[in-house]
Amino acid sequence: MTDSSVTSTAKSARGPESPWRSSLRQLWRNRPAIIGFFVFLVVVAVCLCAPLYAHYVAHENPFTSNIQGTFRLHGRTIHVLQQNTQGTGLGVTPIGPTWDFSHYFLGADNQGRDVFARLLYGGRTSLLIGTSSALICCAVAAVLGVVAGYFGGPIDWVLSRIFDIIWAFPIYLLAISLSVVLLTTGIQFGPIHVGAGSLLVPILIIASIYVPYVARPLRGIVISLREREFIQSAIGSGASDTRILLKEILPNVAPSIIVFLPLMVAFNLLTESALSFLSIGVQPPAASWGTIINDGLGLLYTRPAVAIAPGIMIAITAISLNILGDGARDAFDPKAKLRGSV
Amino acid sequence: MGLFIVRRFVAAVLVMFAISVLVFLIFFATPGVDPAARIAGRSATPQILAQVRHAFGLDRPLPIRYLLMMDHLFIKQDLSSYVNIGDRVVPQILNAAPVTLSLIFGAAVIWLLVGIAGGVVAAANRGKIIDPIITFLGIGAISVPAYWLGEVVLYFTQSKLHSSVFSWAPGSGYVPLTQNPGEWALHLLFPWLTLASLYAGIYARVLRAELVNALNEDYVRTARAKGLSERRILMRHALRCSLITVVTLFGLDVGALVGGAALLTEVVFGLPGVGLLTFNALENLDLPVIMGAVLYGAFFVVLANAVVDIAYAFLDPRVRLV
Amino acid sequence: MSDARVSTPLLEVEDLRVSFNTREGLVQAVDGLSISVGRKEVVGIVGESGSGKSVAMYSLLGLVRDANVSISGHVRYEGREILGLPDDEMRSIRGRDVAMIFQDPMTALTPVYTVGWQIVEQIRAHEDVTKAQAHARAVELLGEVGIPDPARRVHLYPHEFSGGMRQRVVIAMALSCHPKLLIADEPTTALDVTTQAQILELLRRLQATYDSSIVLITHDMGVISEMADRVVVMYAGRPVEVGGRRDVIRTPRHPYTWGLLGAVPRVESKRTRLVTIPGVAVSPLDLPPGCAFAPRCAYRFEMCDQRPALRGDDGHLDACWLDPTRKVEIRRRVTETGVVS
Repeated sequence: MTDSSVTSTAKSARGPESPWRSSLRQLWRNRPAIIGFFVFLVVVAVCLCAPLYAHYVAHENPFTSNIQGTFRLHGRTIHVLQQNTQGTGLGVTPIGPTWDFSHYFLGADNQGRDVFARLLYGGRTSLLIGTSSALICCAVAAVLGVVAGYFGGPIDWVLSRIFDIIWAFPIYLLAISLSVVLLTTGIQFGPIHVGAGSLLVPILIIASIYVPYVARPLRGIVISLREREFIQSAIGSGASDTRILLKEILPNVAPSIIVFLPLMVAFNLLTESALSFLSIGVQPPAASWGTIINDGLGLLYTRPAVAIAPGIMIAITAISLNILGDGARDAFDPKAKLRGSV
Repeated sequence: MGLFIVRRFVAAVLVMFAISVLVFLIFFATPGVDPAARIAGRSATPQILAQVRHAFGLDRPLPIRYLLMMDHLFIKQDLSSYVNIGDRVVPQILNAAPVTLSLIFGAAVIWLLVGIAGGVVAAANRGKIIDPIITFLGIGAISVPAYWLGEVVLYFTQSKLHSSVFSWAPGSGYVPLTQNPGEWALHLLFPWLTLASLYAGIYARVLRAELVNALNEDYVRTARAKGLSERRILMRHALRCSLITVVTLFGLDVGALVGGAALLTEVVFGLPGVGLLTFNALENLDLPVIMGAVLYGAFFVVLANAVVDIAYAFLDPRVRLV
Repeated sequence: MSDARVSTPLLEVEDLRVSFNTREGLVQAVDGLSISVGRKEVVGIVGESGSGKSVAMYSLLGLVRDANVSISGHVRYEGREILGLPDDEMRSIRGRDVAMIFQDPMTALTPVYTVGWQIVEQIRAHEDVTKAQAHARAVELLGEVGIPDPARRVHLYPHEFSGGMRQRVVIAMALSCHPKLLIADEPTTALDVTTQAQILELLRRLQATYDSSIVLITHDMGVISEMADRVVVMYAGRPVEVGGRRDVIRTPRHPYTWGLLGAVPRVESKRTRLVTIPGVAVSPLDLPPGCAFAPRCAYRFEMCDQRPALRGDDGHLDACWLDPTRKVEIRRRVTETGVVS
């Protein structure tokens, strides 16, 4: 509307400001987004402290079974796995939440392990996989998308067809298929050998399946940039491709990449947890939030905390990242289409 | 327009072909995966392995194996499972399909109603308190792992509140529509709500963003100058233009779901649909079933993509060029 | 201002002030605009981008949807105060008594409905007629604005028309309920020169046919000189010169107007270079305390630190402290040498 032309004339007459600074300032003013960012940092920090907690506070090793274990609470010795008194009276049930930070805060799982400590360790794994696959995905997608959009022609055709095929594959099915196959054999690309249990397997799988999701919009942006006058004049003045890519294209594509990052971390986190839940993501002995939910399935009706707590952690992390992502979009790339599902 | 449709379908067929090759390569060409060993079992002698290989055509070169598999799958339709030997692949999938379709149909109705209503209410009241509430609910819906939500729902309906509020809620499992419509709906109620919540959140947010954009467009300014009411402008002008995005998104989502993307919901609620079938096949490396199920899924995704492209041309008069 | 012989003006704007409360401060977009539009009159509002001319007209009709806006003053339509009316009452005025058309015909119409549907929508929003009757009128209107084969074209979508044709459709739609006042916000700016002339001609013809008044907003003095009966020159949200067309164009009294007129190339003039007004448009956030144009004015002196009021005689007013004789002298020099300094 025209009132924006009045206010924009007002602002432009004040003098230019770097678009980065004004975007950052706008993001800083978006309180929910900043809160989301800090919540995310808190979650990361707490999870990173997992070894400290396990060692100094809980005095437990959350990865070894502790079926016969006992601990002291309020002066009494309590068995970690307790005899069932209800129902048929058969079998054992692990202890429920004690709400005491030093012992079994959220109770134990059916291996007698401290759920809270596992939650923190699992968080480390999940966050590691989520963030690194998001970074890899965005980096690869940026390179491929920019190359495809800028150079056009056969390079673009090949890359676009690759994107189409990967994306036409039902996305979870692709992730599951790759995981099932690669988890038994690991990845072998000539000299590169990644063992089957390594975390790199889920990281790379999740990163690759989302590459088209990020690359295609970036390619679109580069294509429309290519037609604009400032690029045309740079080409006309004889600047080399590398120079144009680095100095003109990249700075204009960067805001979109920034907007994608928090959202991709959230998506990748959710995907990893789904794969781990299905037992084809993170493999034991490592744990992630998804595997803990799986562990908690058998205990769902008796000790729901095991299955419910990791989900709450995932939700908190993903919500804060999504809110941050919304704020980033408003500040850096307001014209970006709100992408719904993956 | 006709040429456009033809070209679109040709492209879809090519993509299907590429996907089938990709699936085949993933499962049959990855080093280290030896179907014969899996079928024959751990203690198989080399003779038995050779027999199995021959019986399943595993000793032929890759391209021949691909063609054989496609032949069995589509032409002879007698491809049978590696795991449950004798169970034909195609009938298995066809039996599982109605379950998946039932799940998606109900969930889609719910998520469209809730999502569109949410988006419209949020956009109409932007700036007021209900707007960020809806946005937050939408963000929450997409941040929660779908399968976890299903488990939590099961916990509350089967265990915690089972004796009080949810005594009527059935356990997991599926009752066919033709057998008992009431039970069919009852068993699907919570799966519907769980699946719908994820998508309702997405749709509400997408629609709100589209509506807010549309309300800033010049044609809305003209409509106001014409003296139309805000409500009419929102519902007849802004919504109509924004629905294009929602409809295309809906087509893609339904395509993916029909193809088996609802597998997590099916696993959690024990619904024997295509998603569950695919997942079991994947766990057991039951290659023919995997092949069939994944192709089935990919077919619907590709079909949905093509249909959506064509539907877009119908909805947006500006696109009806070729 | 109103002559006893002339009946109540159709539209009377009195001291209209519009400001926006932005993060950077208060933006005074319109600062004390008063104009009156009589029946069958064409009033031209001219100024640069950001001069507040469009915002003023939008606020008149309640079309400013920014939550941070504050509007004060009086706006009377046919004697009735309409500023601050609730939206549902304004709605019966918009489109029926007062119509508005906008600058860019390419985006002015909803892309998913046919032009006929959109015209019918407006008619039926204000009048109790059947769809068939409204449809027939839509066809008539399209014919009147010069669209060939209107009976067929009424079923076409907006994107199937060219820019000039689309603007005609917009005009047809605006006039569908026979408004007494048409506000045209830069109706020809987005069009090429030939089409521009055609559209202006169309507006003139329709004005005569329907006895309506027009408020024409533009930055182009050429358009003003062709169309307007009276002229309001705006700068930084303030009216700086008001008067009849002949007075303002032949004997302009404000340095800004001299600049604007000087910028129009004239075949018979002795000048060899186009005149430009030095400096950039002032930011409404940083208005100087006195005359808003002073920073760019070649003739400023100490008086200009005080805000000049709009004064004059014979209906020709200006807001400049310069002596009348001095103005005449400068004007003569500018016309001869083409140098505004």
